[in-house]
Amino acid sequence: MTTHTRQFNRRSILSLGGCALAMTAVVGTPALASLTDDAIAALTGGAGAVEGGISITAPEIAENGNTVPVEINAPGAVAITLFADGNPTPSVATFKFGALSASRTASTRIRLSTTQNVVAVAEMADGSFQMAKANVKVTIGGCGG
Amino acid sequence: MQVGMAASAIVGGSGFGNWARLAAQQRLSQDQLLEFDTYGNVSLIHITDIHGQLKPIYFREPSVNIGVGANAGAVPHVTGADFRKMYGIEDGSPSHYALSSGDFSSLAQGYGRVGGLDRVATVVKAIRADRPDAILLDGGDTWHGSYTTHMTQAQDMVNVMNALAPDAMTFHWEFTLGTERVTELVESLPFAALGQNIFDSEWDEPSDLFPPYKMFERGGTKIAVIGQAFPYMPIANPGWMFPEFSFGIRDENMAKMVEKVRAEGAECVVVLSHNGFDVDKKMASVVPGIDVILSGHTHDALPEPVVVGSTIVLPSGSNGKFVSRVDLDIRDGRMMGYRTKLIPIFSDVIAPDAEVAAIIDAERAPYLPELTEVLGRTDSLLYRRGNFNGTWDDLICDALLSERDAQIALSPGVRWGPSLVPGQDITREDVFGVTSMSYGQAYRSEMTGEFLKVILEDVADNIFNPDPYYQQGGDMVRTGGLGYRIDVSKPQGERISEMTLLATGERIDPSHSYVVAGWASVNEGTEGPQIWDVVENHIRKLGTVTVSENNSVDVVGL
Amino acid sequence: MASGVKPRVKVPKTAEAGEAITIKTLISHKMESGQRKDDDGNLIPRSIINRFTAEFNGENVIDVLLEPAISTNPYFQFEAIVPESGEFTFKWYDDDGDIYEAKKKVSVA
Repeated sequence: MTTHTRQFNRRSILSLGGCALAMTAVVGTPALASLTDDAIAALTGGAGAVEGGISITAPEIAENGNTVPVEINAPGAVAITLFADGNPTPSVATFKFGALSASRTASTRIRLSTTQNVVAVAEMADGSFQMAKANVKVTIGGCGG
Repeated sequence: MQVGMAASAIVGGSGFGNWARLAAQQRLSQDQLLEFDTYGNVSLIHITDIHGQLKPIYFREPSVNIGVGANAGAVPHVTGADFRKMYGIEDGSPSHYALSSGDFSSLAQGYGRVGGLDRVATVVKAIRADRPDAILLDGGDTWHGSYTTHMTQAQDMVNVMNALAPDAMTFHWEFTLGTERVTELVESLPFAALGQNIFDSEWDEPSDLFPPYKMFERGGTKIAVIGQAFPYMPIANPGWMFPEFSFGIRDENMAKMVEKVRAEGAECVVVLSHNGFDVDKKMASVVPGIDVILSGHTHDALPEPVVVGSTIVLPSGSNGKFVSRVDLDIRDGRMMGYRTKLIPIFSDVIAPDAEVAAIIDAERAPYLPELTEVLGRTDSLLYRRGNFNGTWDDLICDALLSERDAQIALSPGVRWGPSLVPGQDITREDVFGVTSMSYGQAYRSEMTGEFLKVILEDVADNIFNPDPYYQQGGDMVRTGGLGYRIDVSKPQGERISEMTLLATGERIDPSHSYVVAGWASVNEGTEGPQIWDVVENHIRKLGTVTVSENNSVDVVGL
Repeated sequence: MASGVKPRVKVPKTAEAGEAITIKTLISHKMESGQRKDDDGNLIPRSIINRFTAEFNGENVIDVLLEPAISTNPYFQFEAIVPESGEFTFKWYDDDGDIYEAKKKVSVA
């Protein structure tokens, strides 16, 4: 029988025997969350954002951390900025709504390096800021029944 | 027939008590197993998680099935003697043998094998004789799990199930046949292939191939059956085999579908689900308006439904061992009551249906020499179910350690696969019954101790996260050559400790690399021999298999 | 122009005046983040779509700034109002200076 050995490290895409087990980097880096706090402070001119009438819809568990569907809905917003607080660089995208936008709703697909919060900060028409968070789990997998 | 008041105004009854009382006689007849006072105006027949088992088998239910959070101590997380006590089941009775663990090997001698789709056909036909317009629903995990299913790319199961004439089906392991084959088979089906949570991954739109629901006009009323496929398909199984599809629980879309079918005149809403039992219970509490959830995936068998609000949730076991009959009284736009029976398919008691038996034999005939080849013999009970280990998995891990020259073995915590009782020959069919899949390559690689801990923590969270929506079903990854302690009450990252290399008794060093062999990787391009060949070689060398007690996982925090 | 870049959009062909319509867009693009290393350990340079805009008859609907955390083959879904018959113009701005464009006509009954 031939033997085949591969050296895996955490930065590799891994495939293991747990049942599923495919992963990129899984070890959490909570320190990164403060980068998002800093970015929000910069965005809001230090005023911060309150949780209010805006929402994020994202899966509980990402099917694939490289492409996680996220929907944001912020009635009354003029712009929405999206952050991923566990990514090495938290900024994801900024949506500015124009005159022919029918709703303050948009969906996209984003990269999440690990289990983390997706954070939306909406700039409202009156210049105030609102925010919403959704936790998305990025897992190496469980087992099929 | 037991009839009692359920939590809501629904009148419920379960036929379970009747055959439990036969215990004293230790005698069963087909008529007794099928006995049912036809009730209401609609009958559902549910079978799920057959996993390719055409013929009768032995199947031992788990002795370890831990519930967490709100489900601690709730069924199906009650096993063995505690389960029997909870339902008033006598020791040694047929119900004991069919539904719980304990004394399995000796009871198997008396009660024999279970399942066999020819026996299932007899039961289905008997129910249809009672109620000709009964709705037969297949909960999925049908086109996977055996030698012939692997060799025919599931044509064997499609042909046999078509003879049973189901009305609808939902899916999980079917997708591991790959998009092309699953599409070809689904397009050939003479019945509905349902999944409200099966979406096209590119545009995030409902898949054309899998309608969300089907409306049935039966018993003078309209019944909507909504399909719910396994939500975590691309995580628990290799997504690269079916990249065109996206899944998820999508309970908001489920709620929309319930509203839609009600608006179209459905007086009864049935969900044919492959969520797993705890996920179904949560979904019943979140989505209003579902009358019945026929629950699959986690392979639980309960003698009566669990009631959540005004929804009844019924799991119907696995591997062809059970068929559920659910009679409903649908009147004035709502479900007024129900009567259910989980019918155990005792293969020596229920006569095989000749027509379906002939189809099964025809499917198997080309492969009989390979199927029946004896590889060895077992002195031990070989079973799979259990949160942390099973003797089949112990044997598979030993095979990986020995045949792949590894320090540590990892084997997936799947819940399918029949049992073998002491003294049985082990055939190639038996090995395929616990290993068959489309991604069975046994890899060999190096992993650091730190990384092994990440794996154990991650898989543990998919089982012991207190929120059922984070539970993917299945059990803990089985380890060979590696012991550990798990505190199931802790959060992810803190459950696993005292990881030990069993060969030396030394603690696992986070920075040290270990040679690890495993199988069922979800990554494309995994290299290695097929796991069934690894296991076959190992069994041939052993001749007779004896599996000693496995104490390598220390479970705390219960 | 970068190779293999292909925009696709889904827009209804007809709409009611003032009605909110759903628009979906996809563009095939690798969205190289600039954070990955090749087999020799060298950083692979960033190459992404950094801006996406949608206009109808010259009037803005949505204007998106993209960072490297947007997935390969960027996808957007949003809602637009069409006051009269006309044409949507969608533009994707590549780091390399290229602009990819797609147009779709909508007729208002």
